[in-house]
Amino acid sequence: MSGELLRAEGIGKRFGGFVALEDITVSFTAGQLTSIIGPNGAGKSTFFNILSGALTPSSGKLHFRGRELNGLPQHRFVHQGISRSYQITNIFPDLSVHENVRVAAQALIVSYDIWRNRARLAELDARADAALDAVGLLARRNELAKFLSHGQQRALEIAIALVSEPELLLLDEPTAGMGPEETKDMVALLERLAEKRTVLLVEHKMKMVLGLSKRVVVLHHGRLLADGAPDEIRSNPEVRRVYLGQSEGYG
Amino acid sequence: MTLPSSGEAVAKPASSGLGWLLDQRVLLSIAVLALLPWLLPSKALAVNVLIYGVVVMGYNLLFGYTGLLSFGQAAFFGAGAYFTGIAIGRYGIPWFAAVPIAVLLSTCLAAAIGIVSTRTRGIYFSMVTLALAQLVYYVALQAASFTGGENGLRGFTVDRISLFGLQVNFLDPVNKYYVLMAFAALAMWFQSRILNSPFGAVIEAIRENEQRARACGYDVERSKLVVFMLSGAISSLGGCMLALHLSIVPLDILHYQTSGMIVMMVLLGGARSFFGPFVGAASFLILEDVISLWTPHWQIFVGAIFVLFVLFLPKGIWGTLLDALGVGKARR
Repeated sequence: MSGELLRAEGIGKRFGGFVALEDITVSFTAGQLTSIIGPNGAGKSTFFNILSGALTPSSGKLHFRGRELNGLPQHRFVHQGISRSYQITNIFPDLSVHENVRVAAQALIVSYDIWRNRARLAELDARADAALDAVGLLARRNELAKFLSHGQQRALEIAIALVSEPELLLLDEPTAGMGPEETKDMVALLERLAEKRTVLLVEHKMKMVLGLSKRVVVLHHGRLLADGAPDEIRSNPEVRRVYLGQSEGYG
Repeated sequence: MTLPSSGEAVAKPASSGLGWLLDQRVLLSIAVLALLPWLLPSKALAVNVLIYGVVVMGYNLLFGYTGLLSFGQAAFFGAGAYFTGIAIGRYGIPWFAAVPIAVLLSTCLAAAIGIVSTRTRGIYFSMVTLALAQLVYYVALQAASFTGGENGLRGFTVDRISLFGLQVNFLDPVNKYYVLMAFAALAMWFQSRILNSPFGAVIEAIRENEQRARACGYDVERSKLVVFMLSGAISSLGGCMLALHLSIVPLDILHYQTSGMIVMMVLLGGARSFFGPFVGAASFLILEDVISLWTPHWQIFVGAIFVLFVLFLPKGIWGTLLDALGVGKARR
């Protein structure tokens, strides 16, 4: 359960003259739920996009299970064992809930087969349904994804990410835009997920993050501000000043 | 191997008699096409529906199912026709060998155009395909010693063909129709397999959400190239059929107006439905036939009808009909 899974070494990212991230060095241990927090514009999403391969860092190196990930195209990241969800709901709207997850499961097995009947890949159905069951969407499996409620679509996103059985699950603000009831369900889901796998969470809602995570990484202006257990973060004066201080109990 | 049923894992098709029949979209489509010469006012019109139906069906794979709006499909339609004509007329290759050769060469052309165009997205993709297809047009125009230039390609005629020792008079319109229908049936069977295959799921995912498909682990660029080639291959078979049918290849076939017509046909019939392309080709050609009887400016009217369709029936004739009948996605 322990051991280093992912290490970011001196990661930097510039967009033209703008420095989004500078010299981030941090490593993530297997079997833990870690959260990345920070005020708006702190570079959380940029960092997340680098970890999932959507962006290439301008400097620095990324190691996953001892393997360097730099230069790997985004679509290979899932095959390495890193899977992600998105901040803005990102599903296949005109496919059924089941197909959404099934096609994600298929990516690990076969892409270019134009001959076989896909219905024969029955093991994909079982895996997709298991992932849907894990996020509590099995009952809705035959509906079109676009007809799900916002909270259910967010859960579907997680099922899509989950079905590849990733070693590292990256979740980008899974509770974004959710009401209190939906958030409660999502937190329960995250707790269940964290029991079995390594989860890296980007979140805005402080209370939730501090209650949920084993470890919290704080970014501010593209730099690493603090890194530690929730209690340490809560009492860290720097963090209080830039983030918590503005509104105690934010979110 | 049985004929591919359109079995989606989602809608478990009923295995009752009617359910089974409805699943055989290839067989049903062939049955309708077999009746077509007797339903339409002329055999010539029926042959054209068959040919354009295959071309548009290939295009539907790219546009309807993958969501890539190309304005250059005429390049492959034309390539199929020209390669067939050149193979028969210039090199004396028998027709049954000329057709697969032409499809293969056209697929290579689709690979070349696809490598360049699938790197771009949205409107840029449309423009690049348009430009490259026009390039093919001008090559055909200039290479007159090969292609006949402006006059089109002539000097090859398939009048008799032997099928399993049986001599068939290919000049007879009914014989011609059913021989060409065999090609159409082959194309439909192939397309149906693609749609039912694992790769069929990949192109759906790309259409629905390219970014998500990539994050799921699919190589989106390569998949687009593959579907571009498959689409070009199927459309080029329509070109081969045209060459066999007309015994000439008019240069116009490569022009961007043909590409535009293909887009109109798929939208009229219904993109993303299996039989929609044939309905679209038939409606367009019938409109052309009927309206051009009383005015040479038939394009104004067809254009107006097309605009009405885009505004009010975005799913086309066939797509709207299937919706009205409540036919599930799996059976389209």
